[in-house]
Amino acid sequence: MLTKISATALGAALLAGTAAHAGDISGAGATFPAPVYAKWAETYKAQTGVGLNYQAIGSGGGIKQIKAKTVAFGASDKPLKVEDLDAAGLMQFPMVMGGVVPVVNLPGVMPGQLHLPGALLADIYLGAVTKWNDPRIAAVNKGVKLPNLPITVVHRSDGSGTSFLFTSYLSMKNPAWQSKVGASDSVEWPVGLGGKGNDGVSAFVKQTIGSIGYVEYAYAKQNKATYALVQNKDGQYPAPVAADFAAAASHADWTKAPGNYLLLLDQPGAKSWPITGATFILVYKKQDNAAQGADVLKFFDWAYKNGDAAAGALDYVPMPAAVKTMMRKQWAAQVKGSDGKPVYVSK
Amino acid sequence: MSDLSRPTAVSMTTRPASKGAWFDPIFQFACLAAATLLLAALGGIVVSLAIGGWPALHKFGFSFFTSTTWNPVTEVYGAAGPIAGTLITSALALILALPVALGISVFLVEFCPKRLAQPIAIAVELLAGIPSIVYGMWGLFVLAPWFALHVQLPLMMNIPSGSIWEKVFYGVPNGANIFTASLILSIMILPYMAAVFRELFLTVPTQVRESAYGIGCTPFEVVRSVTVPYVRSGMVGVVMLGLGRALGETMAVTFIIGNAHGLPQSLFDSGSTLASTIANEFTEATGEMHTAALTALGLVLFVITFSVLAIARALLLRQRND
Repeated sequence: MLTKISATALGAALLAGTAAHAGDISGAGATFPAPVYAKWAETYKAQTGVGLNYQAIGSGGGIKQIKAKTVAFGASDKPLKVEDLDAAGLMQFPMVMGGVVPVVNLPGVMPGQLHLPGALLADIYLGAVTKWNDPRIAAVNKGVKLPNLPITVVHRSDGSGTSFLFTSYLSMKNPAWQSKVGASDSVEWPVGLGGKGNDGVSAFVKQTIGSIGYVEYAYAKQNKATYALVQNKDGQYPAPVAADFAAAASHADWTKAPGNYLLLLDQPGAKSWPITGATFILVYKKQDNAAQGADVLKFFDWAYKNGDAAAGALDYVPMPAAVKTMMRKQWAAQVKGSDGKPVYVSK
Repeated sequence: MSDLSRPTAVSMTTRPASKGAWFDPIFQFACLAAATLLLAALGGIVVSLAIGGWPALHKFGFSFFTSTTWNPVTEVYGAAGPIAGTLITSALALILALPVALGISVFLVEFCPKRLAQPIAIAVELLAGIPSIVYGMWGLFVLAPWFALHVQLPLMMNIPSGSIWEKVFYGVPNGANIFTASLILSIMILPYMAAVFRELFLTVPTQVRESAYGIGCTPFEVVRSVTVPYVRSGMVGVVMLGLGRALGETMAVTFIIGNAHGLPQSLFDSGSTLASTIANEFTEATGEMHTAALTALGLVLFVITFSVLAIARALLLRQRND
């Protein structure tokens, strides 16, 4: 009898424990922004007492979870097309940006020394250019000593927003890539081997002489990897630094992007890094639970206002102020409760 | 033999009932419920995998098992590469692990001084407790570079060109390939097999072994002619359990196999397994067909593993009936 009572007491205590967290915001999705969301949530909780329960299960998982309404918001590195958004009754807004950077392992080649136009990068990943001393590589790299080494291509083995950005960029620059491979989170890679995550790609590139891979900017920077420069729309070779990702974002025209579907790839501007991308938050336009919807928007509005420094410290690039203002207007106009009133208006 | 070793249930009813007898029906019911739950869960897994994978199996038919195309963009999927990778790495792992596991257990049972036997046995069991992702990381950051530098490169540079070995040892010299994945797998299944082998060998009655020694057998003869025949079918069961674990291992393999979807062309070529493909792509699979194809891979893996374990059970059963 005594055990029964204590079991009941335990059950009740557990239930009460869960209830105490009921005010937390729940979200799931992309792994790429997870560190910065965690950092923001920590500060936000200290200031407001409202916590964030974010599960980094991948962009695909985030889209599935928000469609199943098991979370208050979803997160994806890959924006949804406007027709998909409308079909599900969702809206999306960009939160932070990052870039994709090619990394190489070539003896005698310094970071930033190797120059690669997008079309040539695609041909390397297609397996059409197989040696580092290929005349096409030599032509754009005068003065760089290129060894007679076979090129080993390394790509992500897991589906990822990074791969989506990278293959989307290759598709834009090389028709053969577009028709043979295409762009997606995971594709049928013509050549090369796959590493799991940024760590996997980075490890394989480090271990294989003559290899080329691609990783997120933060990863390349923290590992001091030998990065290659990619030619942008203006024919320039900008450096992969935060300012050049921001340059790409500032040239992007969000006002002409229905549903905020915008890839920041190959933007004009002499300093624009060509393979830049934003990561997105997905919320329902019609909020069944207005208070919960307001909590989500309140948190991300707070992050827009106070989160730039934390994002920068973690090597993410904050959104430009104009984009933030635009998103606040969209929240007020689009995200509404069942009474038809906006759930949250930024002050 | 079997009559002595197993008490029969009949004698229970003829005993005078003790005070706790009222508990028996409840206990029986609880046990039955547990057993039924297990069967229901197993059936539920098969059914949900079949339903989830049906769109892919229906669309691609038999070519799902024979095609090596795995293209998420055009949504055409074939599982031949991962199936081949799974079978090859598991078989290789078994070939590598079996002699070592046998060696460890024979040493522990026949030759090892008592004071040393217990620590070694515990160490073997501790090896089984290491999470697979740790093996994967170790494989990626330690084993693969070492293997590439000290095994793969010398082999590739010293092979006479045009020989068959050139085909067998072809690959990217960075240590991420079918062979190193098999090596990691063999290390992972080794402790299980060694521990159970040891338990098996300990079941051989001391009198039998002592009599063999008594008539002048050497330790090798005792192992070959007494110990091994005594537990032969049980050993087959252990091998199958090891194989079952190798088939389903996910994280460690994902790190080190190179994750290429085609059929592996050589021992040092990159490949993939059913489990590694699912682990790699499931989280980001958005399209219905992609998810269905991955679920179908899960079904294939389930069927393969289930068959292996069923064969093991059948062999163990035969030993009991002997």
